[in-house]
Amino acid sequence: MDAIILQILNGLDKGSAYALIALGLTLIFGTLGVVNFAHGALFMIGAFVAVTVQRLLGLSFEQIDPDKTDFLGNPLKVKMTYVESWFGPEVGGTIVDWSVPVAVIIAIPIMLLVGYVMERGLIKHFYKRPHADQILVTFGLAIVLQELIKYFYGANPIQTPAPSVFKGSFDFGVLVGFDPNAIIYPYWRLVYFAFAAVVLGGVFAFLRYTTFGMVVRAGMADRETVGLLGINIDKRFTIMFGLAAAVAGIAGVMYTPILSPNYHMGMDFLVLSFVVVVVGGMGSLPGAVAAGFLLGILQSFASMNEIKSLIPGIDQVIIYLVAIIILLTRPRGLLGRAGVMED
Amino acid sequence: MGILEVKGVNKRFGGLQALSNVNLSVAENSLHAIIGPNGAGKSTLLNCFVGKLIPDTGSVMFNGESLLGRKPHEINQMGISRVFQTPEIFTDLTVMENVMISCFAHRDGAFRLHPFETVAHETDIIEQAEKMLLDVNMADKRNMHSASLSRGDKRRLEMAMCLAQEPRLLLLDEPTAGMARADTNNTIDLLKEIKEKRDITMAIIEHDMHVVFSLAERITVLAQGTPLVEDTPENIKGHPKVKEAYLGETV
Amino acid sequence: MKLLGLSAKDTRFLLIVIFLTLATPVLLQPFPENSGLATFNAGYPDLMQRFAIFGIFAIGFNILFGLTGYLSFGHAAFLGVGSYTVVWMYKLLDYNVVWGLPLAVVTSGVFALLIGFVSLRRSGIYFSILTLAFAQMSYNLAYSVLTPITNGETGLQVYRSDAQVLLGANEPTSPHFFGLVMSKSTKLNLGDWQFTFNNGYYFTAIIAIIVFYISLRIFRSPFGLMLRAIKTNQTRLNYTGINTRPYALAAFVISGMYAGLAGGLMAAMDPLAGAERMQWTASGEVVLMVILGGAGTLMGPILGAGFIKYFENIFSKINDQILQGWFAWMPDWLSGLLIEISHFFVGKSWHLTLGLLFMLVVIFLPGGLVEAGQRIARLFKKKPPEDKDPGHHPQPAPHVAE
Repeated sequence: MDAIILQILNGLDKGSAYALIALGLTLIFGTLGVVNFAHGALFMIGAFVAVTVQRLLGLSFEQIDPDKTDFLGNPLKVKMTYVESWFGPEVGGTIVDWSVPVAVIIAIPIMLLVGYVMERGLIKHFYKRPHADQILVTFGLAIVLQELIKYFYGANPIQTPAPSVFKGSFDFGVLVGFDPNAIIYPYWRLVYFAFAAVVLGGVFAFLRYTTFGMVVRAGMADRETVGLLGINIDKRFTIMFGLAAAVAGIAGVMYTPILSPNYHMGMDFLVLSFVVVVVGGMGSLPGAVAAGFLLGILQSFASMNEIKSLIPGIDQVIIYLVAIIILLTRPRGLLGRAGVMED
Repeated sequence: MGILEVKGVNKRFGGLQALSNVNLSVAENSLHAIIGPNGAGKSTLLNCFVGKLIPDTGSVMFNGESLLGRKPHEINQMGISRVFQTPEIFTDLTVMENVMISCFAHRDGAFRLHPFETVAHETDIIEQAEKMLLDVNMADKRNMHSASLSRGDKRRLEMAMCLAQEPRLLLLDEPTAGMARADTNNTIDLLKEIKEKRDITMAIIEHDMHVVFSLAERITVLAQGTPLVEDTPENIKGHPKVKEAYLGETV
Repeated sequence: MKLLGLSAKDTRFLLIVIFLTLATPVLLQPFPENSGLATFNAGYPDLMQRFAIFGIFAIGFNILFGLTGYLSFGHAAFLGVGSYTVVWMYKLLDYNVVWGLPLAVVTSGVFALLIGFVSLRRSGIYFSILTLAFAQMSYNLAYSVLTPITNGETGLQVYRSDAQVLLGANEPTSPHFFGLVMSKSTKLNLGDWQFTFNNGYYFTAIIAIIVFYISLRIFRSPFGLMLRAIKTNQTRLNYTGINTRPYALAAFVISGMYAGLAGGLMAAMDPLAGAERMQWTASGEVVLMVILGGAGTLMGPILGAGFIKYFENIFSKINDQILQGWFAWMPDWLSGLLIEISHFFVGKSWHLTLGLLFMLVVIFLPGGLVEAGQRIARLFKKKPPEDKDPGHHPQPAPHVAE
């Protein structure tokens, strides 16, 4: 029992990331009808916003500390970050420590802008072109973005720690009545899950309860009719693209303490997120979220030693296997609407 | 016994009864029109003949064999060809290549692996395709890109493609929809000519009464998924039930 | 003149391809060895072998994608299968490639049959995702549980302890074809020029010519016509009595066999096989080649493969020293700026150039380099140009059968 709970918990953070990326993918597909292979790159850009913010906050200058001397008696030069000198060591230190959450706030406008530029500059010219062309051009864009990141940040993963409060793990098992050390879970993963839940809830509430969201949902159902009502749906769809980019971006920011950002993380997550979208059903928002968590949890179950010894290699292929079975037996996906891209 | 026998066909989409208890018999070598107001179930019925839809109940027999559960290409190989409302052709290919594909399908069946033969050496296929194009007065356009044809020519090309298969039954789904009067009259003449030249059964779904009464030998009137009457054009013209079904539309 | 069942035009076309392929070691070495432009020479055995091998891969991929429009993102899997097969034949029998290569074609064909049979139940983007899923599965398995077969991360290679039951006493201990050792070259010095004629290159080049001829025949066959019809309008084809699936499957298997052959030849040039060859980015590379050259045209895949491999080599070689040499005549600030900008595109950043180029092609030139060539030809001729690629005009039409 405790092993099962542990696996579900382990699946949650990966599932959260899948769900957040897949949500944007399926939103873009449902609204704009575009298959965006560059969506993983947005996740990656978010992660590197976190890296950049961490570096900026870490910028320091050398200062002579009057209270300290080296062993020769000369005054000692110490490094001090600008943030600390501006806000005092206490507040400044906290800000530096909390660079990842700070990066989330900074990432939102940046990602909205990136999304806006991407949609206006490139994607909009591909609305009427076949899906294959969309795949190809966004694939090209993904390569370009990935290489730019590699150019500026190098090929090695960059450590981006979580705030020190969230470092370490806690004993989840004890809380729910298991033996100590049965279920150990890192704090930050729980934070990530909570964060994902809030973002997902926010997006759904936004789409459900605002006029804007209602128009977008109507547009997803029947673009032409909404157009006939004299509503400028394109402008709203552009905003939706920005929103999807922002969701993927902050998902990337928050994921950095779990996975040190590297330039190919976008591509890695893209392939899996696409599988998630297909399993959930192209254009279905709840489908993307459900499939994201489902596949995340399935994957962590498959990595259990008991299962691996039963079916060797299952942990490597489980997601793809599920996708293949779903595509062949229920092409519209778990929660997809009938008739949407069922061939 | 007609070449196409439809008995007790029902088809339901969710809450909508699209076809209810349709019985229809199309006599061999006749030109049979199926008419009816919008939403009467004409296209649904046609889709049941070609394998796109499967009726919930009932039977559809062609030449004594059931069509139900067969795929579109199998039904076509049995001798049923279809003309679409908007011409469906291979727009990337030339006019000649379009017709040749039909000739290959007629000669080689649903699948034949022939990767090392050469199209240019298939003299009988080429001859046959040229003859077909001559039949529809398109021989001069044989090397044109079919995407650049006019709508009327696309329709002719599609007709040539269907005829190249020497079908026993030709289904036409509103062949003059969206055409100007002159083009419509050309199409009527073309269909008449085709009918005169060969042994072929035609079933035509049509909205335009001018077309129907110029061509049809027998007419079935469909309304709300059920056949109302079946008779000769002369008798249909003044039929009170037909007038009722078309109330508000000019007959 | 007509040869081998081809029309006069195609015969001429084939002869040109044969000439260019056989003369490559000379043609790609236009600059004297010591000149500043020697960087642009490409007549090295290793590079020329890659031209031929990726040419084969791309020609095969074009039969599927170019003709039917089915966009596979999983063809690298067959490349890997081919490589593994050949290395296993080295391990079991001996270094003669004659055992491994035909078997590589067969095994990759069997794999393609299985994967294609399942994937082709869907079309459009679902087909792409299915092939991607299969390829990623193969890649992950090759790295993990299949280690006894693939030797995991180390990659499969021949060890002294391997059986090699057919290995004779005087037999070469590197890949060869009945004694013709692949890695051996003959060098020819003519004044300042040096030309390298490599056995491995000519071996792959001759195979490339043969498989190009096969693809030419497929393009001109009724089968090829059906494949092009699949790309244009599957509905009409179904209502014309054609069962499209076996046609598409045949194209898939043929292109898988081409990929297997290419993978086998990689192992024939260098007796190694690694799982990274199966990664989906490798599948993406062949897509790039075919699109860049011109999908659905005969010449396109060869041009694309050559173009990408050539510039990959050149761009990767350009370093600061070379750049400084080029910009030396400029004022310092300008040359400095230009060198900074160039950094984005050369050396390790070659992929950035490739990605940009690819985007530009998809946006502005859907017909690829072949279309570019036709447009340029049109500028120079008043009359309508003679088609570089008779029989099929690239159309900015849907690439995927939907």
